[in-house]
Amino acid sequence: MLAESARGFLDEKAPVKHLRDMRDAGKTHDPALWKEMAEMGWAGILIPEEFGGVDMGHAAAGVLATEMGKTLVASPFLSSSVIAATALKQVSDARAGEALAAIASGERTYALAIDEKSKFNPEGTEMPARREGNGFRLSGKKTFVIDGGFADRLLVLARTGDGLTLFDIPADRAGITREAQSMIDSRDAARVVFDEVEATGEDVLGQVDDAMSVLKPALEAGQAALAAELSGVAAGAFGMTVGYLKERKQFGLLIGQFQALQHRAADLWCQTEVTASAIAHAGRMLDADPENATLAVSLAKARATETAKQAVIEGVQMHGGIGMTDAFDMGFFMKRARAGAEWLGDYGYHAETVARLKGF
Amino acid sequence: MAQETEELAGFRAELRDWLEENCPAEMRDGSSPEDHTCWGGRNWVFESDAQKAWLERCAAKGYTVPTWPKEYGGAGLSRAEEKVFLSELARIDARLPLQSFGIWMLGPALLHFGTPEQKAHYLPPIARGEVRWCQGYSEPGAGSDLASVQTKCEDKGDHYLINGQKIWTSYADKADMIFALVRSDREAKKHLGITFLLIDMRNEGVSTRPIKLISGVSPFCETFFDNVVVPKVNDEGISAVVGTVNRGWDVAKYLLTHERSMISAMGTGLGGARPLGAVLKDDLEGDLDTSLRAAAMKAEIDSLAIGLTLERYKDMANSGQGVGDASAMLKYVGTELNKDRHELMMSAGGSDALEWGGAFGDRPADWLRTKANSIEGGTTEVMLGIVSRRVLGLPG
Repeated sequence: MLAESARGFLDEKAPVKHLRDMRDAGKTHDPALWKEMAEMGWAGILIPEEFGGVDMGHAAAGVLATEMGKTLVASPFLSSSVIAATALKQVSDARAGEALAAIASGERTYALAIDEKSKFNPEGTEMPARREGNGFRLSGKKTFVIDGGFADRLLVLARTGDGLTLFDIPADRAGITREAQSMIDSRDAARVVFDEVEATGEDVLGQVDDAMSVLKPALEAGQAALAAELSGVAAGAFGMTVGYLKERKQFGLLIGQFQALQHRAADLWCQTEVTASAIAHAGRMLDADPENATLAVSLAKARATETAKQAVIEGVQMHGGIGMTDAFDMGFFMKRARAGAEWLGDYGYHAETVARLKGF
Repeated sequence: MAQETEELAGFRAELRDWLEENCPAEMRDGSSPEDHTCWGGRNWVFESDAQKAWLERCAAKGYTVPTWPKEYGGAGLSRAEEKVFLSELARIDARLPLQSFGIWMLGPALLHFGTPEQKAHYLPPIARGEVRWCQGYSEPGAGSDLASVQTKCEDKGDHYLINGQKIWTSYADKADMIFALVRSDREAKKHLGITFLLIDMRNEGVSTRPIKLISGVSPFCETFFDNVVVPKVNDEGISAVVGTVNRGWDVAKYLLTHERSMISAMGTGLGGARPLGAVLKDDLEGDLDTSLRAAAMKAEIDSLAIGLTLERYKDMANSGQGVGDASAMLKYVGTELNKDRHELMMSAGGSDALEWGGAFGDRPADWLRTKANSIEGGTTEVMLGIVSRRVLGLPG
């Protein structure tokens, strides 16, 4: 039901052409589109009703992310409404409530500034937040800050002595400079430089030296939603490919009559189904038993990464030459699948998590 | 685990007490490879009193076929209760009390297509482990092309006369009864001249011959029918035909969806099986090398995800949506995974795993046995063909 209504809206307002047009216009964010999504309640999908959200849970967020993935919708949904909202929900103070309300209404966007090197590794965060007086000074550089080019606020992970601390600060605070990254998937990302940026105790989300009690649930929510988006990317690419197999003729036959292609397409569908189970399970676990959802989330992200990769590689190959052209949409799917594979932990990162939790 | 409803938690507690009292210690060894779990039937020799007691106690509660209706020997459990049941068995590492083709294949087909009289006659003995069934599907000329079966079924008034040969009949030499596909109309199109027939293996003219496999064991037989007389109704007035004469293909296909789901489940290590990586680590008495570890991680991920997929499809089937052609997907992914898992176990076993009955026991035989998984019940290639035509609608 949610899927169908989302599909209807997105097919009209945000087909793949919408991303293409934004790219061609040099844009990475469409505030008008996000406003409409917020009006439908999507921005507040995880936010309690008392703060203006619709509070439908992670499984529902996954359904929306999947539908967005099918047409490569660029929006702050994951950064703001899933990751930041989940982090803020771990903190029950008036400021967090106000922030949640601002996310739900769509008027405030967030970006998560974690990565410092080319691979996701939150525990390895080095950027220091040096104690000074009653507060902190942040100095260093973050990269691959998704939606960091336009976000109103940043969640910044920094090292404070022996521990890690999560800061919630405005993106235009003195000492912050943002440099847009020209990403292969045409989505927003920025390199963010912190030059002696001031932060007070008020800016700390959760407790000092204990970022993970706030961040871990947020990351897992984001990873599950990203996995769902990637399953949508796979489904979008696969739908195009199966359609093409039924219409393209070579050697006097529909190419879908060739068993070599039939069996590869069938294998891809099977993998898509298996991945869908992992994604649904992750959403259910986050809703029912979030403390113990790590395995389910890593399973979903690992599977979704691999399935999306297979779908776009087969998508280009089975379309032949046209699949390689910029004028055709398949390339957009391939590039989003690659970026999504890296964000919030790649296959290896999540496979390691599964192995660790399974005792090897 | 998510919060259970009060009702389910009550069932779990009750079940836990019952298992504590009734599951013999010897049956808590977690081993349910094919030859350690009871198959039942007239010819079954119990390996211990414990095995016999475990079967009888479970049968009395309906726990050999927990989701079947009580009137047919089941416990009438809901899907949610069945999950609780299986998780509690896994918790104490208990074997299943009984396994059989009657439970996995014929039972579901009879529940769907059987007359009330057939159900009442055939299902309870399956549930109690008294009658062991085998499956007469494949023939020398009908493997992947199953609908080409030629075993002749002639209508002789009060009985059918059966002549022909089946192959790959699992455990036919140990079975009491066979459910077989026979050609009852040679003029009709091949799918429309098949009848699903129940035949007593003690009938005169039925003979079996085990086939020795590369694993050294003989789980499969050739089964011969030489002028076998099958009464249309038996002494108790029960019809030997399931469904309608000449429309046995409908029954056959329905049964295949259950067979494929069952074969698929073998590969996923469901039911409390230890993670593959941990098994391999123990085997090597040390850390896995990089390539083995990477392969084990992938197998573990796929195994968990395929397990969830089986559960998802069971839930769908339970809510009335047929699994249908998607069982081809389940069978394909499950069996290919099982082959991969056994390759990794052989690899971790090294040269010790190359010895028949050596340090790793049945491992080499099990490894070889899994190679049949992607052949039996429809080959991987047939499964992919079903998905491409029936699910994706690709042109033939």
